[in-house]
Amino acid sequence: MGTDQTLVRVENLHKIFHRGSERIDVLQALNLEVPRGDFLALMGPSGSGKSTLLNLIAGLDRPTQGAVEVGGERVDRMTESELARWRSRHIGFIFQLYNLLPVLTAERNVELPLLLAPLSRAARKKHVQAALAVVGLADRAQHYPRQLSGGQEQRVAIARAIVADPTLLLCDEPTGDLDRKSEDEILALLQALNREQGKTIVMVTHDPHAAARARRTLYLNKGTLSAEPLA
Amino acid sequence: MKFWPLIWSALRRKRVRTFFTLLSILIAFLLYGYLAAVNMAFRLGVDVTGADRLVLRHKVSFSILLPEAYAGRIEATPGVVEATHASWFGGIYQEPKNFFPQMAVEPEGYLRLYPEFLLPEEQKQAWLADRTAAIVGRNTAERFGWKVGDRIPIQATLWRKADGSSTWEFNLAGIYDGAEDATDTTQFLFHYDYFNEARAFAKGQVGWYIIRINDPARADEIVRRIDAQFANSFYETKTSTEKAFIQGFAKQIGNIGAIIGGILTAVFFTILLVAGNTMMQSVRERTSELAVLKTVGFSNRLVLGLVLAESLTLAALGGVLGLTLAWWAIGRGDPTGGALPIFFLPPQDVLLGGGFMVALGLLTGLLPAVQAMRLRVVDAVRRA
Repeated sequence: MGTDQTLVRVENLHKIFHRGSERIDVLQALNLEVPRGDFLALMGPSGSGKSTLLNLIAGLDRPTQGAVEVGGERVDRMTESELARWRSRHIGFIFQLYNLLPVLTAERNVELPLLLAPLSRAARKKHVQAALAVVGLADRAQHYPRQLSGGQEQRVAIARAIVADPTLLLCDEPTGDLDRKSEDEILALLQALNREQGKTIVMVTHDPHAAARARRTLYLNKGTLSAEPLA
Repeated sequence: MKFWPLIWSALRRKRVRTFFTLLSILIAFLLYGYLAAVNMAFRLGVDVTGADRLVLRHKVSFSILLPEAYAGRIEATPGVVEATHASWFGGIYQEPKNFFPQMAVEPEGYLRLYPEFLLPEEQKQAWLADRTAAIVGRNTAERFGWKVGDRIPIQATLWRKADGSSTWEFNLAGIYDGAEDATDTTQFLFHYDYFNEARAFAKGQVGWYIIRINDPARADEIVRRIDAQFANSFYETKTSTEKAFIQGFAKQIGNIGAIIGGILTAVFFTILLVAGNTMMQSVRERTSELAVLKTVGFSNRLVLGLVLAESLTLAALGGVLGLTLAWWAIGRGDPTGGALPIFFLPPQDVLLGGGFMVALGLLTGLLPAVQAMRLRVVDAVRRA
């Protein structure tokens, strides 16, 4: 087992899906430790289980077997309502397709996680402005997602992910839908969050260029992790 | 309240669809409110009639007259406090369509039996002092623009005068108001004595009796006792509580309550499908958004609550607007142009309408809300 510096600990993790009579072993006896302050890139081919692993760490899915521990808490043993509460405090999730609510302004989108916290309206506003400032979009607070570029939308999504000051940032292909320039901006932002604010980040990506920005990279193939890509 | 922008923005997501759903709910509640007033009009305020009043009429038909002399025998019946009588006149003011109830009554007795008719004392005295004077309810007075002191000509359809003329003229001595919304303020009341002396036939005969009893709990017993006195006579009587009498009168037109109930059931069932379908579609289109909410930490129960709040908001908004519109339309007068003696939106139906709004909101929102609650984030994100 890891030290106190370990934020995410995954032990003997199995995830099996069934498609009709077919059994798919997506993750097999997987072990992983992510220290606090790490920026880990998870790479691997499509269907290798990268997103499944991310979902299991976030408590969005249940493992078939094994343990998932984040910050000393057993995520796999929590009830649905405990998971929801836990996620609101500890997890910031960034999707490939940004997943902003189109009917809400950038400000309102970023505010969403704070609605679950016992904060006054003024306090929420202050936090939202700070998060938007971190991603460089303080002047776009009143814009709707349709009025923003893809890169800006993803930056709003990052602001939403960090606004409640979560313990862990989970990014599922955060640059997969962006052009190179926007990709660089987003990766630079994630790097800054890791280096300057000490955020622990686990990022799933296909892109070696994106993975290069992380502190370290692990490769997932056929349900198992390795430090080196398979030849 | 902090979730309100989220609920409101969900409703604004497809504005045209929300507008039409809102419109359909609005129309349903407009119809509900208006028909509630019509129903009340046909029940002639049956719920608010005096519990201590009985009505006595001829056993065979309301149209067969009764001897004026029955009054003394009725009043002598144990349990009876007082009795008065009224006779239907059924004349025409200017045009046949200008219908309103006109009755020959004993002024003092009638006003005592109907304390809900509020007439200023000086107008009452003026009415009592002038045998050709009449009083009228506020509703009818306003309908025809009558003022105290006006001379009102009424053309008889049945009651010709002994001198051969059929025009009866009355001095308007007073305008009465109702103590409650449900009080009939359409009646035109004039002296029976004047009517009896001047009419060409049927002198000494009256239309029906109104009786006050000392104990409403003993109404059945008193009714039996009164009717027993006149059994096997040419003028057999049928006495009933005023409530039963009015219900019977309304049933002559048809079971209005059942008809209205049928219409409203069909309307609300349709609305249930329309609004329910809207909510289902709305939730289906937002699976990825709901997944985001769950990802950031919204619990299943909170998501359920948000979807229910959305459907409740839609139902409440449409319902309140619909009832407000109904209230406005009802305030502009009844659809017959004043023939319905009572026409207002009863407060109990407004309350019931509130209940319908909640029920509609819950029923239309429940299924999509449960779907949203059960939504698994990984499935939703994969689908998106």
